[in-house]
Amino acid sequence: MRLVVDLNRCQGYAQCAFLAPDVFAMHGDESLLYNPNADPEQREDVLRAVAACPVQAILLEITDEDMAKMAAPQAVAGAGSASGGAR
Amino acid sequence: MRDGSLEHLKREGRIVVVGASLAGLRAAETMREKGFAGSLTMIGDEPYEPYDRPPLSKQVLLGNAVADHTALPRRRAIDADWRLGVPATGLDMAARRVRLGNGDEVEYDRLLIATGVRARPWPNAEEGALQGVFVLRTRDDGEGLQRALAAGPRRVLVIGAGFTGSEIASACRERGLDVTVAERGEAPLVGALGGVIGEVAAGMHRENGVDLRTGVMVTSLESDPSGRVRAAHLSDGSTVEAEVVVVSLGAQRNTEWLAGSGLGAGPRGIACDAGCRAFDVRGIVTDDIYVAGDVARSPHALFGYQFLSLEHWGNAVAQADTAAHNMLSESTDRRPHLWVPAFWSSQFGVNIKSVGVPPMGTEIMITQGSLAERRFAAVYGYQGRMIAAVTFDNCRWLPFYEQQIESTAPFPPPFSTVDRRSDGIKPLPADFPDPSVPTHGPTITLSGYSPADRKMTFTPGR
Ligand SMILES: Cc1cc2nc3c(=O)[nH]c(=O)nc-3n(C[C@H](O)[C@H](O)[C@H](O)COP(=O)(O)OP(=O)(O)OC[C@H]3O[C@@H](n4cnc5c(N)ncnc54)[C@H](O)[C@@H]3O)c2cc1C
Ligand code: SF4
Repeated sequence: MRLVVDLNRCQGYAQCAFLAPDVFAMHGDESLLYNPNADPEQREDVLRAVAACPVQAILLEITDEDMAKMAAPQAVAGAGSASGGAR
Repeated sequence: MRDGSLEHLKREGRIVVVGASLAGLRAAETMREKGFAGSLTMIGDEPYEPYDRPPLSKQVLLGNAVADHTALPRRRAIDADWRLGVPATGLDMAARRVRLGNGDEVEYDRLLIATGVRARPWPNAEEGALQGVFVLRTRDDGEGLQRALAAGPRRVLVIGAGFTGSEIASACRERGLDVTVAERGEAPLVGALGGVIGEVAAGMHRENGVDLRTGVMVTSLESDPSGRVRAAHLSDGSTVEAEVVVVSLGAQRNTEWLAGSGLGAGPRGIACDAGCRAFDVRGIVTDDIYVAGDVARSPHALFGYQFLSLEHWGNAVAQADTAAHNMLSESTDRRPHLWVPAFWSSQFGVNIKSVGVPPMGTEIMITQGSLAERRFAAVYGYQGRMIAAVTFDNCRWLPFYEQQIESTAPFPPPFSTVDRRSDGIKPLPADFPDPSVPTHGPTITLSGYSPADRKMTFTPGR
């Protein structure tokens, strides 16, 4: 998954770091560091972070390649998590 | 001129974008969002699809991300003909044609130029080519430098303490590497933020164990017999032994390919009007060639219509959006690029953010927090008005200051804040270096003059 954070807009509220700690981390009090190429397995967490960011600073793209990688586990768990509110 | 030509352009026109990076990509997305259904060609000399550069001096050097994994997420599909790994080498404005390095020619109805900047190389080409000498602008640079740092060099020398140089030094310290920073100015970041803030930055370097040398120049690099850099000689007579040298001396605009084309392009960038339309060499604005991002130089109503060149991520995004909008609009529907300059930097664990144009400021006042704690907000004043603000670990206040700057609030500010300390009682000289003496890496350059304010209301002189 590709992601970029508009750090002009980011206010360092750390919601993302709380919801997806493997992808976002605070560096010092206010600086946000993130992995611009997060593992598709982090999808649910990252989607939650995207939704929770109070200034909508996170842009996420789930590529076809990511979808292919996720296809196998999703065949089992996908239906349930989709109805659980994934967008 | 509503003669249907715009509809025709939108339906089956040809748009060419030269420079396939942040500005080029975001512009292309906006064009498609606006219903452009014609052919779109993206020309980029790097062999990679658009990627993000800011992580290269931060996450990538810290080892938290990989240089070849910073591809930019897409807002939408752009259905473009990508011509990557091939540079544009010429422009024929009369025939509306872009010439490519492989001999191909691409015709356009509208052209967007977003060729950005490149790292200023070490002035001595032979020394610059030594093994262990780096610049940092591209993905390949980032990967090479990160590999060199991972090998555990005994010492790294960073030449130039602008934002990028300071971030590199910070990453080195976090990796436990010894690092020397040589800066020609009196302090890090002076060109961008002035001497008062520069002194705070110098404190951050030293407290974090950087061997900071200011007011000096590196005069030459020395190699061992195998062609690896081993030492640098400084203007004060000293020598620094280093296995890795990072040249961080600012940027040069990628405009050479336009030489002789008749477009108003040169070492300071491509001049354009507030609607992103490029000027030709006669100073007449073109109607089919647009510019966006680091390569552009455009007048800003909020700052006296001075021509600003901004090497800022947010500017590339905002200007690309405006350029794309205007390329596909009737003249009365066009928008000016009125984005208030803003950037961020992360170094030594401190979040530095700014809005406005600090180098225009003649005075500075600490409005919140304290310099000593490195948690503060400061505003810059110019002719009695607030022109810029900077925060260190205090970014939540920045939107407030931005709004003040936009509404041309007075300086010194009349409000008193709850958390102001003794630093901030009165304005100090902002202490920017003499503009005729170059420093390393100011991120804003100014030229031109004409008074007005953002709301475009006429304010008679007092
Ligand atoms: C290490 C680093 C850290 C940064 N950190 C920050 C930060 O913390 N905050 C911030 O606000 N900004 C930061 N920036 C600046 C930000 O990345 C730039 O403002 C942004 O990349 C500008 O985008 P652009 O598309 O205008 O230009 P560029 O990204 O420079 O892209 C221009 C593209 O055009 C290509 N090109 C050039 N000439 C030709 C030609 N003749 N034909 C075809 N293609 C051509 C180039 O190779 C390049 O791919 C940083 C930059 C770097 C390098
Ligand atoms: S949630 Fe949004 S504002 Fe908060 S740190 Fe993350 S990106 Fe920044």
